[in-house]
Amino acid sequence: MSPRLRWRKFVSGFMLTMTGVCAMVAVSVLFLILGYLAIHGGASVNWNFFTKVPVPVGETGGGLANAILGSAKMLLLATLFGVPIGFFGAIYLAEFSGSATAFVVRYAADLLNGVPSIVIGIFAYGLVVHPFKQYSTLAGGFALGLMMIPITLRSTEGFLRGVPNPLREAAMALGASKWKTIATVIVPAAYRGILTAILLAFARVAGETAPLLFTALGNQFWSPGWTHPTASLPVMIYTYALAPYDDWHRQAWAAGLVLLVLILVINIVARAILSRGIAVPRS
Amino acid sequence: MKRIAGMLLVALAVAGVLWADSALSITGAGATFPYPMYSKWFDEYHKKNSNLEINYQSIGSGGGIKQVTEGTVDFGATDGPMNDDQLKAYQDKHGFGILHFPTVLGADVPAYNIPGVTAELNFTQDAIAGIFLGKITKWDDPAIAGPNKGVNLPANDIVVVHRSEGSGTTYIWTDYLSKVSEEWKTKVGKGASVNWPVGLGAKGNESVAGTIKNTPNSFGYVELIYAIQNNMPYGRVRNSSGVFVKADLASVTAAAAGASKNMPDDFRVSITDAPGKTAYPISSFTWLLVPAKFSDTTKRDAIKGFVKWMLADGQNYTEALSYAKLPKEVVEKELKALNSVQ
Amino acid sequence: MATTTTIVPSAGPVAGSRSFLSRLRERDEIARMITFLFAASVVLVTVLLVFELWQGSVLARHKFGFNFFRTSVWDPIFEQFGALPFIYGTLVTATLALLIAVPLGIGAAIFLAELAPARVSDTLEFFIDLLAAVPSVIYGVLGVFIVVPLMRQYVQPALKHSLGFLPLFQGPAYGVGFLTAGIVLAIMVIPYIISVSREVLLSVPRDQREAALSLGATRWESTWRVVVPFARAGIFGSIFLALARALGETMAVTMVIGNTPIVSTSLLSPGYSIAAVIANEFTEATGELHTQSLIELGLVLFLLTFLLNGFARLLIVTTSRRGSGMGNV
Repeated sequence: MSPRLRWRKFVSGFMLTMTGVCAMVAVSVLFLILGYLAIHGGASVNWNFFTKVPVPVGETGGGLANAILGSAKMLLLATLFGVPIGFFGAIYLAEFSGSATAFVVRYAADLLNGVPSIVIGIFAYGLVVHPFKQYSTLAGGFALGLMMIPITLRSTEGFLRGVPNPLREAAMALGASKWKTIATVIVPAAYRGILTAILLAFARVAGETAPLLFTALGNQFWSPGWTHPTASLPVMIYTYALAPYDDWHRQAWAAGLVLLVLILVINIVARAILSRGIAVPRS
Repeated sequence: MKRIAGMLLVALAVAGVLWADSALSITGAGATFPYPMYSKWFDEYHKKNSNLEINYQSIGSGGGIKQVTEGTVDFGATDGPMNDDQLKAYQDKHGFGILHFPTVLGADVPAYNIPGVTAELNFTQDAIAGIFLGKITKWDDPAIAGPNKGVNLPANDIVVVHRSEGSGTTYIWTDYLSKVSEEWKTKVGKGASVNWPVGLGAKGNESVAGTIKNTPNSFGYVELIYAIQNNMPYGRVRNSSGVFVKADLASVTAAAAGASKNMPDDFRVSITDAPGKTAYPISSFTWLLVPAKFSDTTKRDAIKGFVKWMLADGQNYTEALSYAKLPKEVVEKELKALNSVQ
Repeated sequence: MATTTTIVPSAGPVAGSRSFLSRLRERDEIARMITFLFAASVVLVTVLLVFELWQGSVLARHKFGFNFFRTSVWDPIFEQFGALPFIYGTLVTATLALLIAVPLGIGAAIFLAELAPARVSDTLEFFIDLLAAVPSVIYGVLGVFIVVPLMRQYVQPALKHSLGFLPLFQGPAYGVGFLTAGIVLAIMVIPYIISVSREVLLSVPRDQREAALSLGATRWESTWRVVVPFARAGIFGSIFLALARALGETMAVTMVIGNTPIVSTSLLSPGYSIAAVIANEFTEATGELHTQSLIELGLVLFLLTFLLNGFARLLIVTTSRRGSGMGNV
């Protein structure tokens, strides 16, 4: 074997090994994060954490129950607001629209998707908080819902289009009208993908912090109803992590662990749903 | 599966609606300087009045002034009193004015984190001004070492930490520096948010304390209780009489002695660099900003009720958190002023 | 029987066309209109957002004009607002992030696409996708508790010691700063580079590799000189996507960058980014000009990410559509 060839082979082996190292480094970050949060925050994920509200500054023993509920309420609002718009908008794009309108709508959705979350926060402040002179769960839910729209829209459209044409034609051959075809054949055929899209959109906004800074503000108590400021898990993590109190750090890690596990579980479930089957009509 | 999800949704919605009217929720925002005190107060007050939740968010004095002017919160809190322009802006926007109500007396202390140094350092006015102006860059500089003979100060770079947002604590600190350093006054000036010559920015007293705690060779200003609660060393400051004074209840109260006799009607007063041998020179009142008029009378009565309680029973909680009580004359004057809130 | 789709003749104003009301009787038309309204609301909301950004910054734009981008003084007291430190900080941290993430990301993508057996590749990709789902604030926590102390105690002093003669590595070792923010951002954007690059690499036709190998190239040479150039456009697309994400990141950056509006050549210096300053100052910006300057910053950020995302999409689509020709074997 010539020296040159030996060198080339060595380079090849070396570089390819390096790529393996890169891959391992990248993947290990995930376990580093999970591990760190589990070790430092695991112990603090206790009964207090889930049932108590924060105690005065400097005292110990409080929890983040109000933040958990606040996040849940805002995510519920976000889903109720963002998913229908994304879902029905996707139906329009996939089934009804002409190519010009479709282009405009898709372009707008992509634009919205690319907006940095802090700018969404500015927008939600100007639209909901400022005119009504009130920080609120509603405003937070609105901001998060805005972020869910593009993800839901594009994914759902993709899955609707992915339904094979023979299914549509069969339905029409049986005399079904367009809307009936959509409702009883196409959507059910794509429901796995649509569900996945919704879950992924949900997981994406569950961890968002920046838009909540200007919309939900915060609350050390339970937030009554929907029109008052509320605490949320990501904002509390942010606040507690930067503070000097050790007790707050522990709670930040615990909250981070809970939030991360929740998001990861949703992601895993979503992918599992998708991979279990392709477009198969529900019987 | 779908049915369960549907029922869960309905249950949540019902719970949300039912929750809607269970408590009167009032929102206030502003200074981080008195946040440990306010969080204790509002917690205690809620225990006594379970139907009332006063939600206070510590976003900084600048935020408090802005949000109460915008009307997005019901009351504000600040350690840097609103200036005439800000008062006028409020008046123009709402058609009525806004009132300052002092709540406690506190102090900005110079906190530091010097590896190997646990002693209480003495800081002259020039030393503090020099460090924050960026002229004094090392811990063993004669300006610092001079009054601290016997302490082994390392030749390390000083890491200055200040507030990144509009802060009353900053106002108090820069107000003091403007009084004791001509150079500071002309170069930087006083305000809630200044153009800092040097240093790292951190958000809120909490984060400044956190940063100092974690950064060796750092130096910054925090409200007294933050240094105490986090076991951080803080120094003595030389007052106008030349005495190195440590911030505590006595020295802060002494600083307010002169002002309380001559308290202006709107309660806006500065007590930094106060005269008196035992006075701590970087002390200050901190204020609640209460609109002069409320359209919602339940909110108005709730807030007035709280202020009354704060001026009476509330004052008994202050010393445990190292905030000094309000002088008697100030309390009486405030109770009178409270009547003008409609 | 299913609903019919036959046309109902009616007494319309124009012969041959159907009146609005009769069309309404068909649920198809209702469905069409309702779904159209939802789709239109997406466009409406987006237009509204751009409009609000534009209108909300009008004072600042008129007062400062293009000087906004050239001045570095950010002084709320004297009402002087220059965006340079924030733009600088945003660009520097994003560039640093890419410098770190691109080699690592492409390397990992090559491994996943070319070397790893399908099962391993899919499993690892699964983990990478999960990494992409981790929220920004958690990366911030990672930054504050792990990266910053590491930087302050080991990395920054080491850099100063060895490379301190360069203006890039001067100044005290704060722990926070441009470099730290760049590193945290790099961790955040690697998953995007990996997953998109992996996909485009997988889509390169087999015969390209086989042709190279049959001509005597080593595995690496075939990958690096044939496959990767073929997928070049898509890989660039992934880089632009990563850049767009890095520019808009708020929480992780503000927790580790030091929040100091200065322009400094040193990577160890604390800095500021557009998203971070908006997050810190928006709720307390007293004075219309201050608020509007912040909104103008938001507008700038929006435009930057918008352009980048557009380029990214173009490039990624280009790769999957056409070949870019054979590179040198």
